[in-house]
Amino acid sequence: MAITPNPYKTTGFLGWIDDRFPLTKMWKDHLSEYYAPKNFNFFYYFGSLALLVLVNQLLTGIFLTMNYKPGAETAFDSVEYIMRDVPWGNVIRYMHSTGASAFFVVVFLHMFRGLIYGSAKKPRELIWVFGSLIFLVLMAEAFCGYVLPWGNMSYWGASVIINLFGTIPFIGPDLVTWIQGDFVPSDATLNRLFSLHVIALPFVLVGLVFAHILALHEVGSNNPDGVEIKKHKDPVTHIPLDGIPFHPYYTVKDLVGVSGFLIIFCAVIFFIPDGGGYFLEAPNFTPASQLNTPEHIAPAWYFGSFYGMLRATPSAFGTQIWGVLVMGAAVVILFFLPWLDKSPVKSIRYKGPITKAAVTIFAINFVLLNYFGLQKPSPTVTVISQIGTIIYFAFFLLMPWYTKIDKTKPVPERVTE
Amino acid sequence: MNRLLSRMIPRSLLLIAGLLLAGTASASEVELQNFRADYGNVASMQRGARNFMAYCSGCHSMKYLRYSRMAEDLKIPEDVLKANLMFATDKTGDPIKSAMPAAAAEWFGRQPPDLSLESRARGADWIYTYLQSFYLDDKRPLGVNNTVLPNAAMPNVLWELQGWQKKSEAPAESGEHKAAGGEHHGSGFEQVTAGSLSPEEFKEFVADTTNFMDYAGEPGKRDRIHTGFKVLLFLFLLLILTYLLKKEFWRDIH
Repeated sequence: MAITPNPYKTTGFLGWIDDRFPLTKMWKDHLSEYYAPKNFNFFYYFGSLALLVLVNQLLTGIFLTMNYKPGAETAFDSVEYIMRDVPWGNVIRYMHSTGASAFFVVVFLHMFRGLIYGSAKKPRELIWVFGSLIFLVLMAEAFCGYVLPWGNMSYWGASVIINLFGTIPFIGPDLVTWIQGDFVPSDATLNRLFSLHVIALPFVLVGLVFAHILALHEVGSNNPDGVEIKKHKDPVTHIPLDGIPFHPYYTVKDLVGVSGFLIIFCAVIFFIPDGGGYFLEAPNFTPASQLNTPEHIAPAWYFGSFYGMLRATPSAFGTQIWGVLVMGAAVVILFFLPWLDKSPVKSIRYKGPITKAAVTIFAINFVLLNYFGLQKPSPTVTVISQIGTIIYFAFFLLMPWYTKIDKTKPVPERVTE
Repeated sequence: MNRLLSRMIPRSLLLIAGLLLAGTASASEVELQNFRADYGNVASMQRGARNFMAYCSGCHSMKYLRYSRMAEDLKIPEDVLKANLMFATDKTGDPIKSAMPAAAAEWFGRQPPDLSLESRARGADWIYTYLQSFYLDDKRPLGVNNTVLPNAAMPNVLWELQGWQKKSEAPAESGEHKAAGGEHHGSGFEQVTAGSLSPEEFKEFVADTTNFMDYAGEPGKRDRIHTGFKVLLFLFLLLILTYLLKKEFWRDIH
């Protein structure tokens, strides 16, 4: 089928544009005639909020980059220059640092939404795969950004994470040197991470977000009932009976979500920007020092669960690579969710008690795993993290089995609210 | 099965609570006195700036804070600033550098650290307690030690004001005291010789100094907080308006 320029036959200035660029078509396809189910609930705010936070990160990042000077000798000073001498620099920096934490909060909730309402299941597998890729890139992006202030926690965090590559047999130690461009994290390392943080990764991230949304708009949004609204269309207009145009209905609804989110977000930025030491860690207010190791090297809070799994895995056969593999697998396994869930129904509302219990335990376990991943290592912490790691993987690996044998309730034909 | 779930949830919550408690009960350091820095108390911060320039800046720099910024934020007139708070050779736009030569590292075993961000790296509680926790200790080269930072290289530069104290065997006295913006509990020391300030005055002195150092950690803090109230007021109005807008648009959706 060939592309028809200006399918809506607009005239005037808009017509001139539509003859050359599908402006009206895009507006209709993605906003005013994109039909979304009318029963979205609270959990459906977090997609648009993730987009908002992404824009916040990009915009504040631009202004930070104008004043930040990458380099081991200059980075820490330039961050303080931003905090003190750049007009509103402290607020811009807090918007960016709080934004990083907010990004993970909304993305975790967004992913949890997908998990409980079966949004990853057929025909939305690729939306989930793109989303998982976004999560992976986001983790890399957050890590690179965390190193840039070149405080002492930046330095030691970078050291710990980059040295994970050192566990790879044979090439590990050389690989670490190659990545760092030096034998320890140094000026070269910092500049590399800066380059990745401001160019390579955001570029990939934005591209993936486009793919994520395009894939979503191709198949249409899922909803808390997990029913396909496209099955029941108006015979005349071919509009889904339970669908409403994204614009204006969800644009105005998301504005409420944005306002509510901004109240919490700005309360943190203006009143508790260091987030009780979780968003900005106290040791990061001392410059990076190779001689002065912080008492307790903890990753940023949002990596707690993955770091916990890394620490919980014992070394075996004379190598520590198993922890790295387990941590990697914890992210990789997310990609397979669409095919692990064998349940005939999508939404948790119509799933059986085993699945409901599994999801509840998984959610509580994830929070606990995260919490203990940030605590000082001790035998107790290790045992708890080991149990948590097993539960995390059991949730996914046993899913084909328990979703198949679990009883389900009949799914209604139409959405229920 | 639902009954099973409802029985499971309280139990798992109990488990979480227990685990959280187990995770946090590992504090082995000296208990710090509680000091809440008062970002609005300009008079206290002015006195703190005076204290800092008189007693600290000989050895410690504050390289991220400019004299001019300090004078502007703390409402210090320029003539007072120049006459009383600056090294004569500095210009008002200069950052606060110390008079200490690099050789200081040899005198004390290490270079006295820059204090611009001390309040953010350690916290106001730490500074407030640290400055009051020097005690006589024959085992140290300078005859003085600190309970908060054991084997600190720093001498007790405030001894003239505080007098000398030694560690008391009796447990720390309880009770609260309100200094300029701060409050704290007793610290477990015994006074050996009196200083030129009374213990109450000395606490005020330390509170002022801590307030100033908290200010120095982020000079924009007060403006940020004041702006925050306006921003939140706006956002609450926005929330009400967007909610009404949403209700209006959604009236015909059932």
